[in-house]
Amino acid sequence: MAIYSLKETKLPPQSQTKAILWLKDNLFSSVSNVALTFIALYLIYLLLPPILNWTIFNANFDLTADNQSCGREGACWAFIGSNLKMFIYGFYPQEELWRVNTMFGIIVALMVFGSLIKKSQYWARYIIGSFLIYPIVAFILLHGGLGLEVVETDKWGGLTLTVVVAAVGIVASFPLGILFALGRQSKMRIVKFISVVYIEFVRGVPLITILFMASVVLPLFFSAGMDFDKLLRALIGITLFQTAYIAEVIRGGLQAIPKGQYEAADAVGLNFIQKTVLVILPQALKISIPNIVGSFIALFKDTTLVLIIGLFDMLAIVGAATSNSAWLGRTTEGYVFVAMVIWVILYSMSRYSKRLEVRFSTEHK
Amino acid sequence: MFTKLKSLLYNNEVRAILFQILAVVVIAYFAYQAFDNMMLNIEQRGIRSGFSFLNDEAGFAVNDNFFLEYSPASTNLQAFYVGIVNTLIVAITGIFLASIIGLIVGISRLSSNYLIRKMAAIYIEIFRNIPILLQILFWYSIALSAFPSPKNSINFFDSIFLNSRGLYLPKPIMDGQFYFVVASLIVGIVSYIFIKKRSDKKHDETGIKTNTIPYFLGLVLLLPVVVYFIFGVQLEYPVLKGFNFRGGVDLSIEFFALAFSLSIYTATYIAEAIRSGVESVDKGQKEAAAALGLKDSWAMRLIILPQALRVAIPPIINQYLNLTKNSSLAAAVGYTELVTIFSGTVLNVVGQAIEIIMLTMLVYLTISLVISLILNIFNKKMQIKGG
Repeated sequence: MAIYSLKETKLPPQSQTKAILWLKDNLFSSVSNVALTFIALYLIYLLLPPILNWTIFNANFDLTADNQSCGREGACWAFIGSNLKMFIYGFYPQEELWRVNTMFGIIVALMVFGSLIKKSQYWARYIIGSFLIYPIVAFILLHGGLGLEVVETDKWGGLTLTVVVAAVGIVASFPLGILFALGRQSKMRIVKFISVVYIEFVRGVPLITILFMASVVLPLFFSAGMDFDKLLRALIGITLFQTAYIAEVIRGGLQAIPKGQYEAADAVGLNFIQKTVLVILPQALKISIPNIVGSFIALFKDTTLVLIIGLFDMLAIVGAATSNSAWLGRTTEGYVFVAMVIWVILYSMSRYSKRLEVRFSTEHK
Repeated sequence: MFTKLKSLLYNNEVRAILFQILAVVVIAYFAYQAFDNMMLNIEQRGIRSGFSFLNDEAGFAVNDNFFLEYSPASTNLQAFYVGIVNTLIVAITGIFLASIIGLIVGISRLSSNYLIRKMAAIYIEIFRNIPILLQILFWYSIALSAFPSPKNSINFFDSIFLNSRGLYLPKPIMDGQFYFVVASLIVGIVSYIFIKKRSDKKHDETGIKTNTIPYFLGLVLLLPVVVYFIFGVQLEYPVLKGFNFRGGVDLSIEFFALAFSLSIYTATYIAEAIRSGVESVDKGQKEAAAALGLKDSWAMRLIILPQALRVAIPPIINQYLNLTKNSSLAAAVGYTELVTIFSGTVLNVVGQAIEIIMLTMLVYLTISLVISLILNIFNKKMQIKGG
């Protein structure tokens, strides 16, 4: 009878250990894969060094430098440093900047407080209340009145303006979008017709033509005495545009509501408004939240277009700052900086919408 | 009587009619007010109305002009046509490039190669989250500084020149010989399609595969070249005169900046559409293909992609529409397409904002309509039959 003794366990062979196995599986699994790896490495070699050299290694990080002493081999970040205020606040008066900061501060405070009471029963009321009251507070802070010195809108600019345009577009287009979505779903022929024509018309033309219309044609529609602010015109254009897109997103949500919900609401004897506000919309909006966020992201990207009708959003500030003789020829730095700021904002928004999507999709499984 | 009226008021259908009448009245009232104000304003400012301005002399030069006859002495209507053609040209160029880049990036995104996969993901995340207008302005400013001045143009064979103003190519003179070459190209393409159809049919019936690539090379590429050498085509070469090149075809640097930005921006969306299309194909399909012994590349080409495209193509066509609409951002760099020429220059000269912007919007609406028509046809054709 043979006696077997337990053999010592061996480590897996070299070729099966983690790092090498990973490399083999992911980079060198076949001939074509090896070729691809080398192509990728070559591309990285081609692209990365010049970019890194310009932004970091050859760049001048001395924020006190001026255009001459900065050098031309790399980026001159002093340009951003010395124009940072303009990038954020536009031409807002120096001594009033606290008002913009307060406005941003209140948003942050509202959001933090909102996330703290997320579980509370008052959350929905809190959100709706802030959406109703905050715009008024923000407007008084930015524009003036109630004892604050009036700052005309042509002084607004930079990131502040970008945020204002996007926020107004979002807040104003939302209720309008709901109306048009309901209109498009309505059984009333004329209402449906008007909604369909409006939505399809707006979605069929580029934003820039709508902005042109708002800035050039719209004033003609009102009596001569009414003086239209340039910013207001842009806001009207953006809102009209965004309304159509939000309406389509919400319509998608409405279509996903099973017919039984409508019938059940009718059966309990709710009237149209009760049925819509209490039964249909809460469900439809919940389904469409990820897409609504997606549409807001698109809107945020589109706000840059206001520069074409002569507003100074963050992107337009690049042009304004480099037309100053002290910083001639630093447009690339400006664009890269603005791109980075907007990228961070948009990327975090899209991450957030992905998270929402996951959160809402698991509930049905 | 009273209760009857009351019950009528609570009747849903009656309410609907009343509500609609109210809506129409309100809209009509505002429309009337707006129209009234508009007439008054137009009169006060001394703006003309109507479309007679289309026959006025345009009086401005246009940088990019490809097919149409145009000079500053041409009418505004001709300028309008040039604008439409230029919009279509930049849109088609953009769509072509965006599709190629998008397809490459979309497939790379699914590659088994880690580096390629990650690079594609990084590309998508970077370019999707930067506003297109910013990208256009950025690449435009880069192009302006990266390319040399006209005097120091990059020169290919003394016939093609590249500088910070644009790309200058020799232009074939449109006469008999040129049409011979074009005709031979068309004949080549048509007969290749015919041969390809026949070989496909043969493949379907007998399973015998014929290699059609030699036919393609011979008919589509070689034939026109041979005809070109036999008959010869007169070319008009660009020549440096003063500060810039004259003659030949010129593609302005604005065109390149716009087409390039539009394609790399839209490509990110196309890549995502392709990825989600491929991911929508059931895993069993891939496994079944492997079980049949198909190579990976074959499985992709014959099994996965045809099914993936069914899902991916509608969003891709939507992106084509978006690209076309985004081409209106040319106004920011001054590529002379519809918005730049018409809603920009002509509007500044003529001042008839309503008519001009209406016409501009009409063009885009038509394009949207055509594209959604194509989409509908595609959807009908692609519907899974039976079942």
